[in-house]
Amino acid sequence: MTTTTTPPAPAAMMRQPDAGRLAMHRRRKRVNVIALALSLAAMSFGLFWLIWILVETVRLGVGGLALATFTEMTPPPQAEVGGLANAIFGSVVMVTLATSIGTPVGILAGIYLAEYGQKTWLGATTRFINDILLSAPSIVVGLFIYSVVVARFKGFSAWAGVLALTLIVIPVVIRTTENMLTLIPGALREAAYALGTPKWKVILLITLKSARAGVVTGVLLALARIAGETAPLLFTALSNQFWTTNLGEPMASLPVTIFKFAMSPYENWQKLAWAGVFLITLGVLALNIIARTFFRNKH
Amino acid sequence: MKLSGIGSKWVAVAATAMLMAAGSAGAQDVTGAGASFPAPVYAKWADAYNKASGARINYQSVGSGAGIRQIKAKTVDFGASDAPLKDEELSKDGLVQFPTVIGGVVPVVNIQGIQPGQIKLTGQVLGDIFLGKVAKWNDPAVTALNPGVALPDAAIAVVRRADGSGTSFIFTNYLSKANSDWKAKVGEGTAVNWPTGAGGKGNEGVSAFVQRLPNSIGYVEYAYAKQNKMSYVMLRNAAGNFVAPDDANFQAAAAGADWAKSFYQVLTDQPGAQSWPITGATFIMMHKSQDKPVQASATLKFFEWAYGSGDKMASDLEYVPLPDTLKALVRKQWADIKDGAGKPVAFK
Amino acid sequence: MIDADPLPTHAPEQEVVTLTLPATQIPKDRMMERAEPAGVPPQRRRNAPWADTLFSVLAHSAAWLTLALLGGIIGSLVIGAAPAIQEYGLSFLWHSEWDPVQNRYGGLVPIYGTLMTSFIALLIAVPVSFGIALFLTELSPAWLKRPLGTAIELLAAVPSIVYGMWGLMVFGPILATYVQQPLQKAFGNVPFFGELVSGPPVGIGILSAGIILAIMIIPFIASVMRDVFEVTPALLKESAYGLGSTTWEVVWKVVLPYTKTGAIGGVMLGLGRALGETMAVTFVIGNMNQLDTLSLFQAANSISSALANEFAEAGEGLHQASLIYLGLILFFITFVVLALSKVLLAQLKKGEGQRS
Repeated sequence: MTTTTTPPAPAAMMRQPDAGRLAMHRRRKRVNVIALALSLAAMSFGLFWLIWILVETVRLGVGGLALATFTEMTPPPQAEVGGLANAIFGSVVMVTLATSIGTPVGILAGIYLAEYGQKTWLGATTRFINDILLSAPSIVVGLFIYSVVVARFKGFSAWAGVLALTLIVIPVVIRTTENMLTLIPGALREAAYALGTPKWKVILLITLKSARAGVVTGVLLALARIAGETAPLLFTALSNQFWTTNLGEPMASLPVTIFKFAMSPYENWQKLAWAGVFLITLGVLALNIIARTFFRNKH
Repeated sequence: MKLSGIGSKWVAVAATAMLMAAGSAGAQDVTGAGASFPAPVYAKWADAYNKASGARINYQSVGSGAGIRQIKAKTVDFGASDAPLKDEELSKDGLVQFPTVIGGVVPVVNIQGIQPGQIKLTGQVLGDIFLGKVAKWNDPAVTALNPGVALPDAAIAVVRRADGSGTSFIFTNYLSKANSDWKAKVGEGTAVNWPTGAGGKGNEGVSAFVQRLPNSIGYVEYAYAKQNKMSYVMLRNAAGNFVAPDDANFQAAAAGADWAKSFYQVLTDQPGAQSWPITGATFIMMHKSQDKPVQASATLKFFEWAYGSGDKMASDLEYVPLPDTLKALVRKQWADIKDGAGKPVAFK
Repeated sequence: MIDADPLPTHAPEQEVVTLTLPATQIPKDRMMERAEPAGVPPQRRRNAPWADTLFSVLAHSAAWLTLALLGGIIGSLVIGAAPAIQEYGLSFLWHSEWDPVQNRYGGLVPIYGTLMTSFIALLIAVPVSFGIALFLTELSPAWLKRPLGTAIELLAAVPSIVYGMWGLMVFGPILATYVQQPLQKAFGNVPFFGELVSGPPVGIGILSAGIILAIMIIPFIASVMRDVFEVTPALLKESAYGLGSTTWEVVWKVVLPYTKTGAIGGVMLGLGRALGETMAVTFVIGNMNQLDTLSLFQAANSISSALANEFAEAGEGLHQASLIYLGLILFFITFVVLALSKVLLAQLKKGEGQRS
């Protein structure tokens, strides 16, 4: 390419910025600002729904809360006094047991997938099948436990409910544990091995510890999910109008009670239903905060 | 001694679990499951009975079909259903059934300016509306029945049940009796292939849709219509009179049935000057030969108590208690429930 | 005599072979030690040598247990669906008639509903979750990170039945007035798009269910994305910043490719929830078993809400078997989606390290 004009003097060239590069720089900056603004918008979008739903929940739920809610049993319709004591107890017991059983199994299986089974057929199959189990409608899990436990033992029981909830916890925990463990850089493990650490210690004390935050997120997500699940409990733990601590009997739970009460025309039942919703949300929030502080990365 | 954080958590959980597994067996716990229609009155009865006697009768509403399935599988002590089983089915599975309360299903509308009870319909026209054949409120079929009522020139928004339910069974049973087109095209059942309309979940869902959609029509249990103050419809019964839904008219419908012949009675379109056409009883099913005679005896004691002291509680909740003659017939049938040795289960 | 003895372990009397480097001043009797070691190093650890085996056994059994559980679920589904499979075979997939009275069933409507609502949910949720994760890791001040993160996770704590009730009573009417009706007025007559926005604008249907599902799965996808973004080695990001990249470029071109397996895993978690969600969808989808139009505003049906609505009342026989067959098909849909995502990941991984 020949030019008929003489190129500008070097000094002038220094004063005049390169047009192409500046334009590109400006464009990249613009794209950056737009992207970050969109991410702020996304955050506000998420918060907007949360605040709306929470405001509705609090507005409708706080009115139904009183000391009686925690001390009285679920009432019949149009009763003066009533509460959710048996439902709260049942939910706490079943969710705690399900999480306690499901978390170790899930974490161990996640460890298998990330540390032992990256290339084995068992690992590949389990990974694939776990992802399928993740999308199982919770009612299918409930029906499975019904045919295996309830029909076999000829009775509804809280244990069946616990088993159904465990089957929902396990896939979530496996997926998040495996995700987090595979992201820990291999250098960390290799450094530990070089110091002579046995494999199980490397996994438990080094890899899992670094991935702790993500694993806890997985457990919390699973717990939040089962705290609100109705369908798997309908055909396993059924529900109970009365107080019981016997896990071999049907046991009340908050989601099933809410489902029953919210769909009724009776005002005392509807108020209790919203109070129950408020309690579940509050409970999971409290657990979330406690777990986060407990497992906080201290650096 | 200080246990490490996580370890102590597992120990505490295990200890609590063991304590609970060994926990209280409770005085005569009976479990029943089935229809959602009578669930409120059973809950009220069970609460009062628990205060009176200490026995715990735990009834849960899972649906009529599920109730029948559970009692056949013997996972519960008694099942409940709005749709009665035919006598052949009962004998095949070794069950007995008996009614407990009676209630009504009510068509409700949401048209601006229309008060409860202002609109009159017949079964034929109602069926045509739900078939989609009568599409507008000012269709001649509707205006002919309602002279002088200002009906808008608007499409009828049909609302029906999304889920299977005994309420739907009673409603579609009536439509099959009153409208031959409906019987041919759709038929009756707890769930049918609805030709038109939006499906609401439960009575609550249908009420919500009807209240929100202008110019809509739906059907709900009487308790819902009354509690939510919805505009109900007057229907023409078999005797040719237009009647409104209320307790007396439900009772009139029940009185006309021949209970002595069989308990399989669907109380729709019953003869009687004041009978409400869409009435239904709800039934309890139990096994004739009992593996658990203690639970069976407790169940029968409960219903005996309910027949004796539960009438007022039932009518407070807008249900109709059984007439005394019917109760006597039911007690006679209870003698058929025997334990393994062939002795009738005691309930007195 | 030699001074500075580098190996103080031998007695001074022994003969020493001196070479030039101090490290090679070795006593003769120990000279071949490196080539021919005198003994064998200990094979097993001295502390709890069984711990490794035990741990490995535990991990393996956990994997086998998961496999067995899923095998059991699928097995019981197949047994339950056997009558329907025998009756209909694959034609179940494209027939849309659902008549419990006449005992004729076809699964097209619920399958379509499930796929459409999940698709809409993902369409909305994935970009929003990515934006939220980006905000939480890059933009937000440190003191705000924990509360905001917990706030987003709180969306997962709301029970699904509340989403259903809120969707029906609160969200539906607002969607109808402010979104559906204007859309219908604006695009009702446009040739293809008009078909999508036809139908009664009353706030129920596929669009409502899709939006509510999106809100429900945002916390799952966003939390996982945030967690994987945070585990990206700082070294990678700093190298990119050092080259003058903007924040957006670092996230889009460095962090996301590094964490793509985890990010797609998070999306799968959300998709799993969307495909299987029962209660929330049941309330707002309207349960209509007809597929006359492509409209997004029309009531429809989804597999899990069909199961939830009808299973309790379904009699033994073909009705129940058809419902279980639908459940089996849902598993199969998940299988296909997963396989596709693995292919996608494999393609992306192949592109790594190639010269642009």
